[in-house]
Amino acid sequence: MAPLVPKSGDAVFASVERVNAELFTLTYGAIVRQLLTDLEEVEEVNKQLDQMGYNIGVRLIDEFLAKSNVSRCVDFRETADVIAKVGFKMFLGVAATVTNWDAEGTTCSLVLEDNPLVDFVELPDTCQGLRYCNILSGVVRGALEMVSMKTEITWIRDMLNGDDAYELRVKLLKQVPEEYPYKDDE
Amino acid sequence: MIGVGKAKQYGNVLDKPLSRGRQEVSLSAFAFLFSELVQYNQTQVDNIAELERRLEDAGYAVGARVLELLCHRDKGNRRETRLLGILSFIHSTVWKVLFGKVADSLEKGTEHEDEYMISEKELLVNRFISVPKDMGAFNCGAFVAGIVRGVLDGAGFPAVVSAHFVPIEGQQRPRTTILIKFAEEVIKLLLQILKEFFVFVARKPRKSQYCP
Repeated sequence: MAPLVPKSGDAVFASVERVNAELFTLTYGAIVRQLLTDLEEVEEVNKQLDQMGYNIGVRLIDEFLAKSNVSRCVDFRETADVIAKVGFKMFLGVAATVTNWDAEGTTCSLVLEDNPLVDFVELPDTCQGLRYCNILSGVVRGALEMVSMKTEITWIRDMLNGDDAYELRVKLLKQVPEEYPYKDDE
Repeated sequence: MIGVGKAKQYGNVLDKPLSRGRQEVSLSAFAFLFSELVQYNQTQVDNIAELERRLEDAGYAVGARVLELLCHRDKGNRRETRLLGILSFIHSTVWKVLFGKVADSLEKGTEHEDEYMISEKELLVNRFISVPKDMGAFNCGAFVAGIVRGVLDGAGFPAVVSAHFVPIEGQQRPRTTILIKFAEEVIKLLLQILKEFFVFVARKPRKSQYCP
């Protein structure tokens, strides 16, 4: 069989089923609001959103690999590029840009100018410190962990806090070698 | 610097031009998010009824906003004030915007005057959901029921809305019916309007009196 050709983000997004972004946006808003009522502390909400994102990332990576035909990335640079151009585009319909690499090539920034999560959103004064989009960092972290990369992700810029874009700082902590715990005869 | 220029900033969310509503995300993105909503709420409750109520509450928040958004964008700041008007608004406009299609059917209940039903063969939120046996008649459509309740309430027609599975013959998966039961006051109001209307008609002078 001929090797599968990796698809571009646009091509994958065009081929998957889609829904109106407003349903997505408003549902996410309902989730955040529910968390704020239940947990009260903004810090706790950030944690819970990150956890939800992680859960999603762990499952989402399978679909990503199955539909994008992306093969193994040679280095972290390529990985970051694929996440930004194919990953974000395929699920959210918007691509990110990769920038600000450090000298070692282990830390970079993913910059989003357009973010379907935040339509109609404005943070009130009582929610200062809320990382509204924290679910996204969780998703990236969870998905990368499933392909053996431990990462640490922090938010640098957030338009809801008055910045000019959304910037996620992704730091590769270590690459876990793939292990095969099972024996041949099992 | 990258990231500067295209995205314009607005001091206030209301200054931002309203999106046309053409943007899309992948269905899986929504399905993943919805599944997290359900799973999170499962950790917060002891029983199915409570879980349904919480999903309904989440949906209500969506419905209230959808009504405002659609009235503003699609209906030139007008909102339906008649019962059938608002029902068909939900059945067609709201459904089309949120789920990409008009709902399969809108029917009036046969047993009760104040009941209406919106049915959908495969509700979008239930696409990737199978309910475990031990959860009985639980239906994630409670979220959609909440949306419907949110729209109705915002438009001044308070109702009790619930989601139910209804088996269809020859089909493996049941369809979902959203049952809308209007509050007593709505029905009273309707009767009142009808009564006034008839009184008004009765009082109206006959046409023939004007034409000698």
